Amino acid sequence: MRKTVLNDWHRRHGARMVDFGGWEMPLHYGSQIDEHHAVRREAGVFDVSHMCAVDIGGRDARAFLRRLLANDVARLQLPGKALYSTMLNESGGVIDDLIVYHLGEQSYRVVVNAATADRDLAWMVGRTEDWQLAVSIAQRRNGNDALAMIAVQGPLARGKVAEVLPEQRATCEALKPFFAATSGQLMIARTGYTGEDGFEISLPAAQAESLWAALVAAGVSPCGLGARDTLRLEAGMNLYGQDMDESVSPFDAGLGWTVDLESPRDFVGRSSLVARGQRHQFLGLVLLDRGVLRAHQAVRTEHGEGEVTSGSFSPTMAQSIALARLPLASTPGDRVQVLIRDRLLAARVVKPCFVRNGHILV
Amino acid sequence: MNIPADLRYTRSHEWIRVEPDGTISVGITDHAQELLGDLVFIELPEVGSELAAEQEAAVVESVKAAADVYAPVAGTIVEVNAALAEAPELVNQDAYGAWLFRIAPAASSDLHGLLDAAGYAQLIDAA
Repeated sequence: MRKTVLNDWHRRHGARMVDFGGWEMPLHYGSQIDEHHAVRREAGVFDVSHMCAVDIGGRDARAFLRRLLANDVARLQLPGKALYSTMLNESGGVIDDLIVYHLGEQSYRVVVNAATADRDLAWMVGRTEDWQLAVSIAQRRNGNDALAMIAVQGPLARGKVAEVLPEQRATCEALKPFFAATSGQLMIARTGYTGEDGFEISLPAAQAESLWAALVAAGVSPCGLGARDTLRLEAGMNLYGQDMDESVSPFDAGLGWTVDLESPRDFVGRSSLVARGQRHQFLGLVLLDRGVLRAHQAVRTEHGEGEVTSGSFSPTMAQSIALARLPLASTPGDRVQVLIRDRLLAARVVKPCFVRNGHILV
Repeated sequence: MNIPADLRYTRSHEWIRVEPDGTISVGITDHAQELLGDLVFIELPEVGSELAAEQEAAVVESVKAAADVYAPVAGTIVEVNAALAEAPELVNQDAYGAWLFRIAPAASSDLHGLLDAAGYAQLIDAA
């Protein structure tokens, strides 16, 4: 199994380690629920070095990304601006979801998921060859210039980062949501996967443990992938491989807002997407009866069958919630039934953002 | 690993205590709760239901996963620990204090197939 540079630290501090897409990662350090609350109420820190940064440069970098991605990087006018997008195959299925940062005139950084990174890189390189574009593609997860990634999330997160990186204090305070700033090999981005304010920080792997330890010493709680999953679920954020994959259109995974059809670009998958249209609604469920929603449970609605794609217990709401692919006629407010171990339990359909900035929205 | 010597165990990670009145209390082991992580929901059997040995009796669900709890012997459910409905985390806090249900064993049932503490320790070491 592959290991991040913080693997020893996690083990020394009692983490339960699990296989996540071929990477040995901390699930929790004792209580996943305590870690979840720490992020909603104060600040938590996550090792996300298994994710892969890919630096894309060269004269045609922008033209390449405008053709490669379903969202339009031409929207990135200001330096440091970030954009969430999917990368589609020719039939309009999702190869991966990612964030692209506009670092300079001919310089972009794309951050992709851990388990899909090798396939993503092969796909990107293949397209530069097909399209004969002058583009350099460099992964930053392995090798001498490997980067580690640390997410610091929660209402106190930005202040804690400013405290342990005093030379970056002005940057931390000025950075707007969905912008990144670089200083040498350090990149601080005001992005995240929890529904709370905070930063995702990339830095040379050799410097990761000292930053991590300084954050923990400053009172930031180490958090594992377990809390990361319940936090992103409460925030209504999709997980690749669970809520969408190569067989699913972004329109059927609640990601229509990330597909730009306004610009006349011929991006990969566009013609298939337009021809196919939207076939499902992607919405949230709140379980009204007692139990726990889980992926692949069947959903019965008055409009037909649906399926839970991600489900768990929401520590913030103290009840079970889920993301689900439902018939096209479904709308928030509908009452549905979910089949859990041979019993039909009642659930309410909601917009799929359950919790944001510490507040319950549904 | 916490494995009290005065209890019996199953291969499916239940612990069993024979009470003075002859009923049998059943819970899940400390090892089981640690593997599951924070428990968030426990489905208990109906009082009065009759179960065969190794029949599904309860379900414990953590944030991560759901696991069946089996009747260690045949018998009738005489009591369930209703406090767990509101506070499933009691099992994480004290796995051997937080019993799930009590069974009045059927006349034919016997406990000889169950593991003692040493046998259970060996089982989870081997796992």
